[in-house]
Amino acid sequence: MQLVRAHILVCGGTECTSSGSKQVQDALAKELEKHKLDKEVKIVETDCHDGFCEMGPLVIVYPEGTFYVRVKAEDVPEIVEEHLLKGRIVSRLLYKAPATEEQIPGYKETDFYKKQQRVALRNCGIINPEVIQEYIARDGYGSLEKVLFEMTPEQVIDEIKRSGLRGRGGGGFPTGMKWEFCRRSPGDMKYIICNADEGDPGAFMDRSVLEGDPHSVIEGMAIGAYAIGAREGYIYCRAEYPLAIKRLKIAIAQAEELGLLGENILGSGFSFDLHIKEGAGAFVCGEETALMASIEGRRGMPRVRPPFPAQSGLWGKPSNINNVETFANVPVIIKRGAEWFASMGTEKSKGTKVFALTGKVNNTGLVEVPMGITLREIIFDIGGGIVGGKKFKGVQIGGPSGGCIPAQLIDTPVDYESLIAAGAMMGSGGLVVMDETTCMVDLARFFLNFTQSESCGKCTPCREGTKRMLEILTRICNGEGVPEDIETLERLGRVIKNTALCGLGNTAPNPVLSTLRYFRHEYEAHIFEKRCPAHVCTALLVYSIDEEKCTGCGRCLRACPAGAITGEKKEPHKIDPEKCIKCGSCFDVCKQGAIIRL
Amino acid sequence: MSSCAQPAEDVQKEKELLELFEKWRGVKGALIPILQGAQAIYGYLPKDVILRISRELKLPPSRVYGVATFYAQFHLKPRGRNIVRVCLGTACHVRGGAKIFEKMQKELGIGNGDTTEDLRYTLETVACLGCCGLSPVIMVNDDTYGRLTPDKLKGILDNYQ
Amino acid sequence: MKLTSREDLKKLREETKALVAARSAEETKIIVGMGTCGIAAGAGEVMNAILEELNKRNIKATVTQTGCIGMCEKEPLVDVQRPGGNRFTYGKVKPSDVPRIISGHVLHGNIVEDLVVARFEEV
Repeated sequence: MQLVRAHILVCGGTECTSSGSKQVQDALAKELEKHKLDKEVKIVETDCHDGFCEMGPLVIVYPEGTFYVRVKAEDVPEIVEEHLLKGRIVSRLLYKAPATEEQIPGYKETDFYKKQQRVALRNCGIINPEVIQEYIARDGYGSLEKVLFEMTPEQVIDEIKRSGLRGRGGGGFPTGMKWEFCRRSPGDMKYIICNADEGDPGAFMDRSVLEGDPHSVIEGMAIGAYAIGAREGYIYCRAEYPLAIKRLKIAIAQAEELGLLGENILGSGFSFDLHIKEGAGAFVCGEETALMASIEGRRGMPRVRPPFPAQSGLWGKPSNINNVETFANVPVIIKRGAEWFASMGTEKSKGTKVFALTGKVNNTGLVEVPMGITLREIIFDIGGGIVGGKKFKGVQIGGPSGGCIPAQLIDTPVDYESLIAAGAMMGSGGLVVMDETTCMVDLARFFLNFTQSESCGKCTPCREGTKRMLEILTRICNGEGVPEDIETLERLGRVIKNTALCGLGNTAPNPVLSTLRYFRHEYEAHIFEKRCPAHVCTALLVYSIDEEKCTGCGRCLRACPAGAITGEKKEPHKIDPEKCIKCGSCFDVCKQGAIIRL
Repeated sequence: MSSCAQPAEDVQKEKELLELFEKWRGVKGALIPILQGAQAIYGYLPKDVILRISRELKLPPSRVYGVATFYAQFHLKPRGRNIVRVCLGTACHVRGGAKIFEKMQKELGIGNGDTTEDLRYTLETVACLGCCGLSPVIMVNDDTYGRLTPDKLKGILDNYQ
Repeated sequence: MKLTSREDLKKLREETKALVAARSAEETKIIVGMGTCGIAAGAGEVMNAILEELNKRNIKATVTQTGCIGMCEKEPLVDVQRPGGNRFTYGKVKPSDVPRIISGHVLHGNIVEDLVVARFEEV
């Protein structure tokens, strides 16, 4: 009988075979033969080692009993040479015991969730939004039940007032007071409206709530309707959110089927019908009077207030508008009480706020934090800091209506008043993080371009003023700015802010005014030195090649789409400034760092 | 029996338009949903359809036209079979959305708001698709694509005939 | 079925709670994050891969969807909960990762460590 020094067991179970154990076996045979080990080492095909299938193909070397997992044919030479010839174990292929359940950190132990507190988002990502029973199993519609049978409308309003809940759509008006105005307005027909026309670029809080937990918004609206005395409501949702609309429709149909919407809800005598209106693509419809005009089927243009919607709103009837997140908070406040809600946040800003954290931050996402948390905590503790370890420059808060808060104010607490004092505003909750590669003048131009094209054209300050401001900003970015531009921008900004008809116009200059306040030197660099410090404004860039560093590899020459680069192989290349279109392709491909960008 | 004066497709569209009118008859604020429905049927809002809507709702054509031109969603010219929307929202802006848009214009050979001659694609920009966590983002018809780089575009476009 | 009184709603609530509890004690649940952002990151393909793999191997598990939990950076997200066990979240799941999650976690309770994000708990 042949004496065998070692056995190699290769698993031949179905799953290991499908992940390539046959190839491993063949490779082993070949390799053993090559090293003339085929007489000393025997290959044995085994049955399935049940329970390790996802680790396959498995290879076990006896007598040591070394257990190798996920072995590929390419790994075989290493096993043979290292283990069988030299007696050294290939540790990278060793089986490691899987973590036990306890070793995996819980959500609350992760940086992303440690400082979060989910109230409006309590069900998002937990329940199936298309199955009403999952919402009900988490006490859904229990708050509606409570108000219908245990509370008067006045008590509901009082509860919301005491909770300190303020409008989450941007304005920050106390919700309870708004409801009270509408309740007190005379009239037997009133409307409750949910503003889901989330148009701020960089914001997706409302979309996530509508897609993830539509019933909490519906329940919040029904409670609001009971409080103000409405029996009909509308959700005005932008058409760019097809999934949100689909889930809302499903949710409304399911609630109607169970009798949680419609006539005589739960036998209480209270009736409430809810409709969806799809927006048609106009940012200004986020303004409440414009939104109501749009529901009525007219051009979505704002009108002068007073009369306020609480007196004369949709179809001339008293109406109340709140945004998605505000309504999503309502059922929790009723369930857990005003005191519980008011215990979170700061003196004047109670509860939590949902933010869409985006831009140059490591952990982008949707976060809900108690009011009063600092921007530093949101961006660095939750967001994990800046992508690529670059320098944090500022954060745009509140979208095109908000402002830019610079690095030196990163310890600003997030509440309505502190943000306004810093020249920004809560807005609906977009947080766009910027690093040193963002040009603040270009950013201001970007926002102005947005508000300018979304201006409805009804009032002169907004229609003409934003146009002039945009022209000036474009000129500055193109290197054609003149010294008096800064002052003109400031003057125009102030005038528009004070005289425009609606919120869109009043806040349109904010991005310009706040960047002028904190990043004035960047404007000055563009205007006086014709230089863009962040290297973003193409017209101001000049590309050249450092002859010392250039090795003449030709990479840039091939990458240049304009044929502006010339040079012999292995000789320093040159850029013809006349032909250069400043696309930056050469800068991106150069491995020597020889392209100079000024 | 009928000598087929109208192609079957037109007959079908006509039928859908009548159903649309029926669905919204007597409902307050029906103009925008009817315009949305009509555009879903025809792909855009032809002049005669605007006139039909104005007669149906007993509104002056100027009012219907005014609303149709106010909202970005409505189109008075034929559009491509596939609508490509490049997001240029804030998050996409700071993460290179402009480069995506540039490349897309080159791929399709058309500019913002234009339609290719074969009516295969219409190119548009949009201020925010609400997928900022995945920026830069584009949307083709109802499909959203995130974490894009310019070289991924061709592969995506090829899926849409 | 229409609920016509408080008691009806209470009854339904108790029933659904009992049903949810019974289910989580008996079946394995796989939950895919299907918000717009999840779908844009490829959650639809992952969902199909999961259904296909379960079908191919004749494994019984409930596959369902949920909305956005907030970690956009880690989409597509897939949660796995074994009978009576904890719910775990996997991130940046590709269709090619699905067989590993199914045979590792769903069948044998071995957590796929390189993909797991965290043990699910309410925040």
